[in-house]
Amino acid sequence: MYTILDKQLIGPKVYRLRIRAPEIARVRRAGQFVALRVTKEGERFPLTIVDSDPAEGSLTLIVQEVGLSTQNLCQKNAGEEISDVAGPLGHPTDIEKFGNCVCVGGGIGVAPMYPIAKALRQAGNKVTTIIGARTKDLIILEKEMRAVSDDVVLATDDGSLGMKGFVSDVLKHLVTGEGRHFDLAAAIGPVPMMRAVCNVTKELGIRTIVSLNPIMVDGTGMCGGCRVLIGGQTKFACVDGPEFDGHQVDFAALMSRLRMYDHLKAQCVSGAFAPAAKST
Amino acid sequence: MPQLTPAERLKIPRQPMPEQPAAQRIRGFTEVALGFTPELAVLEANRCLGCKKPKCMEGCPVQIDIPGFVKLIQENDFKGAARKLREFSDLPAVCGRVCPQEEQCEQFCSLGKKGQPLAIGRLERFAADCERADTQRALPALAPKKGKKVAIVGSGPAGLTAAGELLKRGYEVTIFEALHEPGGVLVYGIPEFRLPKEIVRYEIDILRRMGAEIKTNMIVGRTFTVDELLNNGYSAVFIGAGAGLPILLNLPGEHLNGVYSANEFLLRMNLMHAFEFPKYHTPVFCGKRVAVFGGGNVAMDAARVALRMKPDKVYIAYRRTAAEMPARAEEVEHGKEEGIEFMFLIAPTKILGDEKGWVKGVECLKMELGEPDASGRRRPVPIPHSEFVLDVDTVVIAIGNTPNPIVPNTTKGLKVGKHGTIEADAKGATSRPGVFAGGDIVTGAATVILAMGAGKKAAQAIDEYIQAKESH
Repeated sequence: MYTILDKQLIGPKVYRLRIRAPEIARVRRAGQFVALRVTKEGERFPLTIVDSDPAEGSLTLIVQEVGLSTQNLCQKNAGEEISDVAGPLGHPTDIEKFGNCVCVGGGIGVAPMYPIAKALRQAGNKVTTIIGARTKDLIILEKEMRAVSDDVVLATDDGSLGMKGFVSDVLKHLVTGEGRHFDLAAAIGPVPMMRAVCNVTKELGIRTIVSLNPIMVDGTGMCGGCRVLIGGQTKFACVDGPEFDGHQVDFAALMSRLRMYDHLKAQCVSGAFAPAAKST
Repeated sequence: MPQLTPAERLKIPRQPMPEQPAAQRIRGFTEVALGFTPELAVLEANRCLGCKKPKCMEGCPVQIDIPGFVKLIQENDFKGAARKLREFSDLPAVCGRVCPQEEQCEQFCSLGKKGQPLAIGRLERFAADCERADTQRALPALAPKKGKKVAIVGSGPAGLTAAGELLKRGYEVTIFEALHEPGGVLVYGIPEFRLPKEIVRYEIDILRRMGAEIKTNMIVGRTFTVDELLNNGYSAVFIGAGAGLPILLNLPGEHLNGVYSANEFLLRMNLMHAFEFPKYHTPVFCGKRVAVFGGGNVAMDAARVALRMKPDKVYIAYRRTAAEMPARAEEVEHGKEEGIEFMFLIAPTKILGDEKGWVKGVECLKMELGEPDASGRRRPVPIPHSEFVLDVDTVVIAIGNTPNPIVPNTTKGLKVGKHGTIEADAKGATSRPGVFAGGDIVTGAATVILAMGAGKKAAQAIDEYIQAKESH
């Protein structure tokens, strides 16, 4: 039913998949995600919808192979099916004409940032995008981001491409060093990266939204597994989010909860539970 | 075979239900109650006095003709008994297992005045199981097709029942289920050892064969709205979306690792088979010392599921006493046999964590019972300075659920009550014409049989509504 229409490797262990999901493609808005189950034994996990084509009835997802479930997904090829895809889930991004927006994407976070940058630009905002990664080879979606941004700044930790430094330092430099002014910042990426960007924007007084990535099961608000602390209040990322005011987020609690099943990952080594008749 | 006299009937003791012994059954998830043999069933059925005014029927939310089906068992007509049940109930194999009979039919049984009531639930289960074993069983008769479609939101007991009743009346039915597997609380909430999923699949398969279209991964309120359904060919919508939003206590420490809402714990274990990790890829954490806070069926289910993960200790900690526990009597009994330690008049105040962010204990207060609250039960009042720490590494909060707001929030003009419940009249009609609702989303978290009864009444009301519109 949820057929993979196309699959492309776009970075080391990073794949772009176009999948058939007409009911979801029809109504999906920027910022929303799907809950997938690759096989009947698989876990349910969320992925942000990077793009959608209502005419074709397809969704674009970008996945990084980090463990068993993403590996099982990435090992499927065009023509094969994903067992279950449900959505669109979560509140769409609140898109308004803010003025000057800076979209900061770290690592794989650039993928979910793409639809937000695109929607902000379409609403008449001026969009500056900062794409960061550890090193040159891990920078993804540069071309796609350039197409939806007024300007793009690349940053690598090791300086192999673009500015040398963390995206948070780059953002700080753009404001304090180059005198840029931003009405809104959006940051998506690993939790320490979002936290670092929020620390910078809090100092600079820039309103910031982040898209949180807690562990989820159903994605529809029925289990509370994705609960996060926003301004000291419990919110469910799947139904109250996934986007929140970055300055209100308890990032330490989120990081701690993300580690909850780390001790079990060793039992899910690839190959041990990979689909039959697969060679590495 | 000669008829028994009432005196002879009264002499027959209530037949015990064959069960797996506790030590054996906690090693796995196989069903605890094994079911009556035909001999036990007939013997138990023969206890029924055939009262002229059967009080048992008044205790049944769907007024099953109890003396009727029991008599057929007495006569060894088990298929007939099942057919009789089907006139009133769409899920007899489920209800026979999960109904709180001690508060319903069996509470009013005349035998119970001086002795033990008739084991009505066990007899219902017996007849329903016989029916399931009969592979030649005919599908329910369907009225000629009316050429009208009805959308059912949610595939739990309310939705499944409404679907079946509407199919019998000749309507086309599409069931929209948010999860990847239909059954609602029957598959994600109630564990396998209480309600084998095979039974739920059997009932759903019958609906499919009757013509129901079941669409999973369809979240009404996100993928479609109720209005979109009404504007796209559905003559009416039945909302049976349940009460799936967990109530958390907002205690300090609730975000620690090892703390679960009962919904998450059961969702992982029951629906996602986490107890079979890593064969099934969904993990769950169940440590050595587990505390489940709550006193209802969900709390009992969570505790008995946790027990099967072989911890050293499982506590049920409830803020009132055993007498006020809403859980089904048989579950509490089974839980005791399986080794759950019950702590009464306890409420948690703070969840304590270690330096790695994991729960290591719960600070609790002792309670005493004061004046009755809105539910009529005596309210627990904290005893000052009675703090103590319960040493546990896993906490499950099972204090209740309220309706998920997704459907009410996205359906314009749908009147909703204080706790998010949809306002509906006795027949399930809501403030929107053509939109009906029933089950937990109307009553708040309740029972399978009440949901089933609501689905049945709503199907009738939907039929009347659509026919009335047709004739104008």
